[in-house]
Amino acid sequence: MKQFLVFIRKEFFHVFRDRRTLLIMFGLPLVQIVLFGYALTSEVKNITLTVIDNSRDENSRQLVNKIRSSSYFVVDESSIDYNDVLAAFRKGSAKCALIFPAGFGNDLLHQGKAQIQILTDGSDPNTAKTVVNYISSITTAYQHEISRQRPLKYLIIPEPRMLYNEEGNGSLNFIPGVMALVLMIVCTALTSVSVVREKETGTMEILLVSPFKPLLVLIAKAVPYLILSLLNIIMILLLAVFVLNVTIKGSIILLFLESMLFIITCLSFGLMISNTTNSQQTALLLSMMGLMIPTMIFTGFMFPLENMPKIFQLISNLVPSRWYFLIIKAVMLKGLGFKYIWKETLVLLAMTLILLTIALKKFKTRLS
Amino acid sequence: MTDKVISCRELTKRFGDFYAVDKITFDVSKGEIFGFLGANGAGKTTAMRILCGLSFPTSGQATVAGYDVYTQQESIKKNIGYMSQKFSLYENLTVEENITFFGGVYGVPAATIKERSRQLISNLGLTNEAKKLVAGLPLGWKQKLAFSVAIFHEPKIVFLDEPTGGVDPVTRRQFWDMIYEAAANGITVFVTTHYMDEAEYCNRVTIMVDGKVEALDTPGNLKQQFNASSMDEVFYQLARRATRSAD
Amino acid sequence: MSAVLLDHITKTYEEGKVIAADDVSLQVEAGELFGLIGPDGAGKTSLFRILTTLLLPDKGTAKVLGYDCNKEYREIRARIGYMPGRFSLYQDLTVKENLDFFATLFGSSIRENYDLIKDIYRQIEPFNNRRAGKLSGGMKQKLALCCALIHKPEVLFLDEPTTGVDAVSRKEFWEMLQQLKKQGITIVVSTPYMDEAVLCERIALMQAGKIMAIERPDTIISRFPDTLYAIKAKNIYGLLTELRKRKEIASCYPFGEYIHITLNAPASPEELEQALVRSGQEDVEIKKIRPTIEDSFIQLMNRANTEV
Repeated sequence: MKQFLVFIRKEFFHVFRDRRTLLIMFGLPLVQIVLFGYALTSEVKNITLTVIDNSRDENSRQLVNKIRSSSYFVVDESSIDYNDVLAAFRKGSAKCALIFPAGFGNDLLHQGKAQIQILTDGSDPNTAKTVVNYISSITTAYQHEISRQRPLKYLIIPEPRMLYNEEGNGSLNFIPGVMALVLMIVCTALTSVSVVREKETGTMEILLVSPFKPLLVLIAKAVPYLILSLLNIIMILLLAVFVLNVTIKGSIILLFLESMLFIITCLSFGLMISNTTNSQQTALLLSMMGLMIPTMIFTGFMFPLENMPKIFQLISNLVPSRWYFLIIKAVMLKGLGFKYIWKETLVLLAMTLILLTIALKKFKTRLS
Repeated sequence: MTDKVISCRELTKRFGDFYAVDKITFDVSKGEIFGFLGANGAGKTTAMRILCGLSFPTSGQATVAGYDVYTQQESIKKNIGYMSQKFSLYENLTVEENITFFGGVYGVPAATIKERSRQLISNLGLTNEAKKLVAGLPLGWKQKLAFSVAIFHEPKIVFLDEPTGGVDPVTRRQFWDMIYEAAANGITVFVTTHYMDEAEYCNRVTIMVDGKVEALDTPGNLKQQFNASSMDEVFYQLARRATRSAD
Repeated sequence: MSAVLLDHITKTYEEGKVIAADDVSLQVEAGELFGLIGPDGAGKTSLFRILTTLLLPDKGTAKVLGYDCNKEYREIRARIGYMPGRFSLYQDLTVKENLDFFATLFGSSIRENYDLIKDIYRQIEPFNNRRAGKLSGGMKQKLALCCALIHKPEVLFLDEPTTGVDAVSRKEFWEMLQQLKKQGITIVVSTPYMDEAVLCERIALMQAGKIMAIERPDTIISRFPDTLYAIKAKNIYGLLTELRKRKEIASCYPFGEYIHITLNAPASPEELEQALVRSGQEDVEIKKIRPTIEDSFIQLMNRANTEV
């Protein structure tokens, strides 16, 4: 046991004496959170809104004027029909459009409800979402305004449609997304390097020749990163709550336990990589570059998985961060309890066991 | 034969208060095999960098192949060859590709490269290996090839950095044969090493201690002077006096 | 019982393409200082790794202290000290931290075995708080030796401990080994430097995975079959080319300032000297010399090559 503790202490020395490790460990999440945070939640101001008013009645005019008087939009009414709008979207010259069907005012006044269509560019889901929210709230306000004068409630139903990214993607998604991405990369990369480094410096030979059990070498290697990663989670959550004003709806303890499981998954993955490679470079390349892109794509926070071809959806099931993302979204944003996420948890658990087994199998008590 | 190919006068390189090279003075003649010895940190590498035109001295004078180390570094580089045990050839290029590449780097015309490379490959007995990757060659062959590549552009001086460490005694002899031949053809050979048995093969050796040249003579005379049976002992007597050890 | 035993060991890499050890057998007695002498690629490191249980041989049995290297590797690992070829300490840990770490790893402590390492450790103790990466080559090597000794091993394996180390540190290192030997530790050391061979009690000369001779160094030298002469002249390269043309020369190769030669039967050194002077060589000097291990090595290598 004493050997084990001394080993862990040694690992901590390595981490604290290598500024690069610390930078990757804590710098990367910080930068990611702040970057994503500000890039993704930036306010929409003075965006050009193409309006096609097929109705041209009093109500549609009033609503357009309301929108125009808000500081968010510049209204452009030069387009004549739907095809113009589509063309403009394709060119990228329009980002959002509002379409009144013919007889909008008539429907509103006589049937008590009418529809408008909001078209947005889904390739920029955050702007799209914001635009929809703004127009919806302006519409709701207008609806209240006119309803106050009449006994009957009028209802305007905005029908948002996102072009290119039909489901849309909320900006709130990005905190769980970044957590999944960052932990996946950081934990995997750092652990993968830690074992390989010993191979490179030749110290692995001495460790192997010592009576210290190989299994304990692996665990001792992983422990410091587990602890540091938990600190990392705390940091990310604090940033999320206090800098980006995200509210955590679910149980923090559950969030923490699930994160711990995910970290262990990533650590096992890292150990597996480092037991199968022979140079720090390869290990780092594999874990950083090799994981970054698939994690970004298949986690589901940047690109909705549902829109992907079936084969990609199947592949995404193999990416641990995908499951963690679902868990965190459920706990953090929706406030759901364990009974809603036990399946995902089980998947992560199974993955961890498999990865850890492979890592151990690949760990050689001898060289080559 | 008093053609001086390298000439140093009180050459000094200072890093802050630290005199890496401290007023060294020596001459090397054409066709000489000159050993440049010293412990790690004695200043060998720094001095050699200056002579190769890779770094400027702080004070003193030196010319290499007739060119000034302050003002004519580019001309120096064109007239020297360099081989080190650590890096010399690209392992993932073939024998031929290495020769062609290094020939090209030194501006040897393509036609000359082709002809000389064919000759070189057959001289080295590498005809069957010409199209094979250097990585697969035995260490001794690599070193012989590396030396040949270093003198491929017919430089006036070739700098060898610990050229034969770790090679078997027979291959090492073959290697020294090549060095002798190059020297007989008028190429000056400048060997930096801390392997003292390499020093025994040199015409003259300098021993650097703490940035200064502490001894400069033929191996035979040095052994006599220090009453030693080998250069190793000579070196031991001198290096023991060293006060600094930088690594 | 031998401290170390290799019995017909064969080890190949890359599916038999590279032969690292070719039917190697040797024994090292307890308390012996044994040297494996050979150039890079001779197979020294592979033998060390087999003995330190890091590699499995393809064929043959290896035993350390009577324990089988394949099956009883745990027993062996607890009883040996190993210093791999490359500097194998944690560069980012201090001297003290490295030593503490390795002591604990092997279930020991600095205090427990201080006596064993004190002569070596004292020289680096002033730098206790310096990171290992910032030590000079000689000091790193001393630290590595301390780390290999800290659990009081019965057998010490040192793979090329003096490679890349300057002459002063090399000499000091060999003195340390002689001290350790006095304490009864069996030492197996490898080196590419022929001149270090005479510092061992017994040596094995290795080349291309094969052992060419296992003997006491002076026995190997005394077995040199021919009379060896050292010859030099003003123009050494001229002399060498001249010698190669002559029929009376059996072998000739540069050896430092001199050229070492052996002669074919009827020729005498006096005749040779006269003939060389006649052919225009100046300042010819020829003398009979006692061969060195390097001469023996060359002779054995050449013999092995002609046999093939």
